[in-house]
Amino acid sequence: MTVSQKETRTVPDEHGRFGPFGGKFVPETLMSALAELEQAFAEARRDPSFRAELGQLLREYAGRPTPLTYADKLTEALGGARIYLKREDLNHTGAHKLNNALGQGLLAKRMGKTSIIAETGAGQHGVASATVAAKLGLSCKVFMGEEDIKRQALNVFRMKLLGAEVIPAVSGSRTLKDATNEAIRYWVSHVDETFYVIGSVVGPHPYPYMVREFQKIIGEETRSQILEQVGRLPDEVIACVGGGSNAIGMFYPFLQDETVALRGVEAAGQGVDTDKHAATLSLGRPGVIHGAMTYLLQDQYGQVQEAHSISAGLDYPGVGPEHAYLKETGRVQYTSVTDREALEAVQLLCRTEGIIPALESAHAVAEAVKRAPQMGADQVLVICLSGRGDKDVATIQAALDDERRGGDAQ
Amino acid sequence: MTAFANRIDRLFADRSRKRFIPFITVGDPHLDATFQIAHALVEAGADLLELGIPYSDPLADGPTIQRASQRALANGVTIDDALELVASLRASGMQVPIVLFSYYNPVLQYGVERFFTALAEKGADGIVIPDLPVEENGPAVAAAQAHGVHVISLVAPTSESRIRTIGAQASGFLYCVSSLGVTGARASLREDLAQFLQRVKASTSAPTAVGFGISTPEQVRAVAQHTDGVIVGSAIVQEMERHLELLSDPEQMAQGVTKIKTFVQQLAGALQ
Repeated sequence: MTVSQKETRTVPDEHGRFGPFGGKFVPETLMSALAELEQAFAEARRDPSFRAELGQLLREYAGRPTPLTYADKLTEALGGARIYLKREDLNHTGAHKLNNALGQGLLAKRMGKTSIIAETGAGQHGVASATVAAKLGLSCKVFMGEEDIKRQALNVFRMKLLGAEVIPAVSGSRTLKDATNEAIRYWVSHVDETFYVIGSVVGPHPYPYMVREFQKIIGEETRSQILEQVGRLPDEVIACVGGGSNAIGMFYPFLQDETVALRGVEAAGQGVDTDKHAATLSLGRPGVIHGAMTYLLQDQYGQVQEAHSISAGLDYPGVGPEHAYLKETGRVQYTSVTDREALEAVQLLCRTEGIIPALESAHAVAEAVKRAPQMGADQVLVICLSGRGDKDVATIQAALDDERRGGDAQ
Repeated sequence: MTAFANRIDRLFADRSRKRFIPFITVGDPHLDATFQIAHALVEAGADLLELGIPYSDPLADGPTIQRASQRALANGVTIDDALELVASLRASGMQVPIVLFSYYNPVLQYGVERFFTALAEKGADGIVIPDLPVEENGPAVAAAQAHGVHVISLVAPTSESRIRTIGAQASGFLYCVSSLGVTGARASLREDLAQFLQRVKASTSAPTAVGFGISTPEQVRAVAQHTDGVIVGSAIVQEMERHLELLSDPEQMAQGVTKIKTFVQQLAGALQ
């Protein structure tokens, strides 16, 4: 099934629905705040001064546009399609997350809020939010699962250095889903003065829509850069999907280009045939999580299950409702790669291109490793390199040491 | 507003009396304890029971009820167990209205139509779904009405212009959230609570009940002046946590249940 142009352009509808997905499944206490946010965002989008201020920050503070790099050595190594990398790793703070945090931070200020809160998994959105809070003069609390605090010590320190307070989420699996629960609980209690900066295209309406609008700059830049550098549109675009904000940001401007294949890559963890994965779209079922109807990993009774991935940013049992919609319409193909494949992709990109990718982004690279050799040398493949891997080097080192020891034992 | 009348409507037909509504989580710490405590609550003066279906991600609940959910889930308690518990309470002669409390996802996965069929069959009278605002509750309300049970709507101090819409649609009773935030005992209540409750009452013909944060007999008495019912959850669950060892041991459970009953008698007694 192909999505008609009209269909794609009209989502979400006025209820925040992407087909059957999305909506606002939150406690009544938050409903007025969501309506207020929806209205403030609609006004801000129409306001030339808001757009100018955001545009200036993106250019002069974040460093946009980020380059589109021809990966000649990776192309050579894989022997197929010509591969280009959209360099979100070169965005200030090291990932695409800042695009959205800047947008929401400016909106918070415009709404007269003095404090922002954020949830974070790998810590990239937490760092982006802490950065924006410092730059815009807001106070910032970041909720982070206790498990992730252990896995991402460097980012925890960065957030504190930037003046944010990091609050450990100790409920449930102590990862991103629980950090999100805690952020929502805090927001319910402090809704009058607090702006909740959600870091991905998840949560109740208007968040999935608003975050897409702040992230679509990735795809818009890519589209014009590839036209300029290659003279035509790419044949395929690949991005990793946890909540899915870099992927939506990359895909959205290409949805109408029917010749461009779009491929979202989830984390298969230890494998989709095990119970340790985060392949929500491949193996989950529709349900409600964090205020939205979408796919999620759950048991037969609707209890949310824990996700597993070597990448803290993909370790999430839900996914943005627009991805659920794009899966059902068939416009985007969703696949998954394992921890091991992602680790191999990290090493390959390091050695061929001199770029250490984030473990999240390495999932997109790993999918390209499978795809590129099946494509012709005249074809063009774009990978969204959503973030840099400095934060992950300890995890990567431990995993590679583990693998080596495992190899010796066999 | 609705075409049917069940135990909830009959209870609130006489609005001269204030009603006491305790909440406990099904299966905390185990199903037999819930059965015994439910009967003890009624003996202690409960006019209506609210029973929570445990959930992995209870985002409207504070730490106390989160822990109750975790204990129940650790015991493998399911939505089916909750429905069966209602049936066994009815089979053992319980007459008071019973309202279940569940997040939306378990209801959705059970099947909305199938859930409300079961709810009515097992003898429950309503359900509170804290993450299902009026904008999203169409399918649930349709199924509920077809089976003669109420979807109990919530209204919050931040509802503002929404109070009118919610009040007009209220069915069974209207659950008024006393304060911003999640469930959990609080030392004091909002100063503007009376004002908020007056606005709610002006917007609805349904009875009102106030919950979230009410934990002492003094608070029960104070809130009761402005409402038809008072809901107490976390304070009772905290009391149960104090006697978890007794409640978990079949030999000593009766002793634990008596302690809960005494505690609840003081809360319910505040309405006399």
